Amino acid sequence: MRPRSTSRALYELLSSMRFAISLLTVLGISSIIGTVIKQNEPYNNYLSQFGPFWFPVFEKLGLYSVYNSFWFLTILGFLVLSTSACIVRQTRPMLKDMRGFREHAREASLASFAHHARIPLLQPRTEAREALLAYLQRTGFAVRCDERDSSVLLAAKQGSLTRVGYFLAHGAIVLICVGGLLDGNLPLKLRMALGGKQVTSGNQLIADIGPESRLGLDNWSFRGNVFIPEGKSANTAVVNVQDGILLQDLPFTVSLRKFHLEHYESGMPKRFASDIVLTDPATGQSIEKTIEVNKPFEFAGVMMYQASFEDGGSRMRMLAHDLRPGHGTSAMPLEAAVGDSLKLASQGLDHSLELGSFRAFNIENMATDAPESEAGALTRLEKHLGSGARSPTRKDMQNVGPSIQFKLRDSAGQAREYQNFMQPILQDGAWYLLTGMRDSPSAPFRFMRIPMDGEGRPDSWFEIRSVLLDTSRHAELARRFTATALPASTAGAVRGRLEETTRRTLELFALGGFDGLGKFIESTIPAGERDKAADVFIKILEGCAWEAWNLARSAAGAPAPTPSPTHARLLRDTLNATNDSLHYGAPVYLQLTGFDEVRATVLQVTRSPGKPIVYLGSLLLVLGVFAMLYIRERRLFILLKDSGEALIALGSNRKSMDVDERFEQHRDAIAALLTPPARP
Amino acid sequence: MDIAHKDSTTLMRRFNPGDALFALALIGGALFALRQYGDFMDIYDKAILLLTVPALAAIGVVAWKPFRLFLAVSAGLAVFSLSLYGGDLARAEQAFFLKYLISSQTAIMWMSALFFIATGAYLLGLAARSDFAEATGTALTWCAVTMGTTGLLVRWYESYLIGTDVGHIPISNLYEVFVLFSLITGLLYLYYEGVYATRRMGAFVLTVISAAVAFLLWYTFSREAHEIQPLIPALQSYWMKVHVPANFVGYGAFALAAMIGVADLLVRNGILISRLPPAKVLEDVMYKAIAIGFAFFTIATILGALWAAEAWGTYWQWDPKETWAFIVWLNYATWLHIRLTKGLRGALLSWWAVIGLLVTAFAFVGVNMFLSGLHSYGSL
Repeated sequence: MRPRSTSRALYELLSSMRFAISLLTVLGISSIIGTVIKQNEPYNNYLSQFGPFWFPVFEKLGLYSVYNSFWFLTILGFLVLSTSACIVRQTRPMLKDMRGFREHAREASLASFAHHARIPLLQPRTEAREALLAYLQRTGFAVRCDERDSSVLLAAKQGSLTRVGYFLAHGAIVLICVGGLLDGNLPLKLRMALGGKQVTSGNQLIADIGPESRLGLDNWSFRGNVFIPEGKSANTAVVNVQDGILLQDLPFTVSLRKFHLEHYESGMPKRFASDIVLTDPATGQSIEKTIEVNKPFEFAGVMMYQASFEDGGSRMRMLAHDLRPGHGTSAMPLEAAVGDSLKLASQGLDHSLELGSFRAFNIENMATDAPESEAGALTRLEKHLGSGARSPTRKDMQNVGPSIQFKLRDSAGQAREYQNFMQPILQDGAWYLLTGMRDSPSAPFRFMRIPMDGEGRPDSWFEIRSVLLDTSRHAELARRFTATALPASTAGAVRGRLEETTRRTLELFALGGFDGLGKFIESTIPAGERDKAADVFIKILEGCAWEAWNLARSAAGAPAPTPSPTHARLLRDTLNATNDSLHYGAPVYLQLTGFDEVRATVLQVTRSPGKPIVYLGSLLLVLGVFAMLYIRERRLFILLKDSGEALIALGSNRKSMDVDERFEQHRDAIAALLTPPARP
Repeated sequence: MDIAHKDSTTLMRRFNPGDALFALALIGGALFALRQYGDFMDIYDKAILLLTVPALAAIGVVAWKPFRLFLAVSAGLAVFSLSLYGGDLARAEQAFFLKYLISSQTAIMWMSALFFIATGAYLLGLAARSDFAEATGTALTWCAVTMGTTGLLVRWYESYLIGTDVGHIPISNLYEVFVLFSLITGLLYLYYEGVYATRRMGAFVLTVISAAVAFLLWYTFSREAHEIQPLIPALQSYWMKVHVPANFVGYGAFALAAMIGVADLLVRNGILISRLPPAKVLEDVMYKAIAIGFAFFTIATILGALWAAEAWGTYWQWDPKETWAFIVWLNYATWLHIRLTKGLRGALLSWWAVIGLLVTAFAFVGVNMFLSGLHSYGSL
């Protein structure tokens, strides 16, 4: 007998409320873990976050995919088991309770109800009985009578459906869990274990992936992504598993005609849509369809969703301007597609270009921040009255044009990341080409502003810069500057000193920019005179830049520039940008000159056999919850005794205030029925 | 609310001319909206609009009579505001009534002020044992929910004035749902105040509404969050119209239950006994609120799953917001099991309801602040 009692005890534990409540608590707490640790990230992220000691420990615990982990599924399994056991255990007594009227209740037990009352019965029993039956029917009770020796018991009940609610709600939990299990990754795990499938790395061509990493058309539960560039087609989806992928064959071919990407004026995305053509290989028939976010489409048992979009290999045309001092202003045309890696090996370069991404437009807030005026509380409030449409802080959203982002890697493998805009951008009243640089992906871009000349081109900057930084031309620059800076009558010694100072200034600037000059000033000039000295150096640099420009213009056969405020501004900007270019970290500046954009869509494709089960479960859950909470089961007993007394008792499965109220209502109504109206 | 066994004769007796007028106005309003704005709705939007009629009628006719006047005044003010606008957003600056009363931002500011004063009145009533102050609190709360509802309705219209592609129901970001939360909690409170015929719980419930309003004001003044924003593609769906309100009935009811829990704990510890309703009443209100909150939260979560299936391709993916919704659901499911099946009563349930509010608040706001995920359009 021993084993039987053990299993009995186990069953009782499983079906007990105490176990269920503990389970719910454990489930709630353990599901918090997955919201604290980001789920299903690349493993490298976890490695750098937790370090080499904890990374494998957490991996073993399944913390990177909590909701698919063995232990979490076990808890859910216990929830199903416990709920099922509870249903099984409750079925018989509940059904009995639902059907029964308890018409054999004794007077003593009725008298022990919390809600009971004795009232005088002044009518014959049969007459009272008929009146009461009518009353009970009118108020929604089902009644059964039990004739006794000297009394009759009317046993009435209503709201038994609340018990059905119990079965619906708890059955629904089981259904939802089972359906969810079918759509989770358990079927995939089983398939991998039983069918010998292996994950493979994502860094290879789809055609190279062998059958051991492919899932066939007979797979009834999967979730994968299809990547299709415009004008191309695909018939396999990529299923991400842990740190690798599997391929899922699709029962059709899907090709992308066009990907639509629309934005609001503010730059917020407005619409993502793919015009696709689906072809059934068996019949050769095809249909056209547009899939959008919130508008999925089902074909051949596979649901397709607009998941995201990427670049599909847009081709970029660029000019590579040489920035190395002494290399002149040569510019080499380049062409590359987004995603390409390109060797830059000409003219002694040993770099590789990794073209990361392309954006056809960038929408930025170009409003200059007006200083916040010292407004009173009332004006501040008034600014927030009116319609919800206007913004109290002025915004000026503008499209500043296309940009590319790429990495330049030197021969040592060191990479820096750059972001270059194609069109000049108006800043502080002048136009600049912006190029950003950063050393690490987490840092923000630091921008260099290349000034545009009178013809709206960056060429003047390249020319002036090239002369300024070329040490072989410093002597010539110094001579020309001295000639214009000093009157012809100046003594030769003074002239020689200025020339020497100028040459030295140019050398320091070419080597270390403003920083280099600053350090020189600090180390050689007393503190009181530094500001004055800095002014002199700047004057010298500006003068030299002017001479450099003259030289470049005459070399190109162009007329010499005339002094003007615009040109002065250009020279200042040129010096600033030249200084920044010393910290640019790249031997070339890549000017984007043209592009052919190709977009690609990413569609999510799924087969989820559990969905109808989960939906049915959800419906039952709602019905069950409402039935349990809002249908009240009540039992009304009226014992009519020949002795001229009636005993009323009201029972309810829930204790709440409205039971008191209801009892009083019934008692008063019945008392009125049982007492014939007094004759006037 | 006892939906199962209403004596059919009493129901008919209670159906008066006011009800008929209310029902007719609802039908008329829905038909007018269909005719006027039908071009901006898809078939599901239209279905939702038509189903709103019986839903509102059920509330106003069967469950809660004062709701009729509230809805009539709110809608009337909104229509007045719309007529003042006449299709031109700039009128918000020019027309006096728009600028200082019933443009959306102004109306929401009025709502905020009225909720604060109402809280003060209820607190004064509690402290000074003044029935008059409490009656004032009730009146002010009615005014606040009316202004708030008007504000949201007008905001809906304003969003279409910005651009027909921008227009959408104003329950799409954290700012808008905080207004919705204040409104729904206020309305639920007024309902229970009427049913239990006591104003003594007002000081507690209005305090939590005031906290929400304080956040709303901070969000407006320091983050400029009140500016109407267009919808990202994932939110452009009719599901929003049912998922979000259902969710906020849940949040509102849980918040209300927690505050009643606080009152209940005070009474149980012998504080303010003479002034507060007996523990039995408080316990009953708390149960009713959690029951209705749980039912609606269940519906909301399921509607959210249906929407997720359409927008993200899977009905459940353990996104932080989904997971925390699940935790909230588990929490109140356990609460109900303990009360209904174990028959437990007393301080434990009140404490649990109070702590439940912390869990709910984390699911509502905390997830947006501390965790990242798909529901990130309500970030701080």
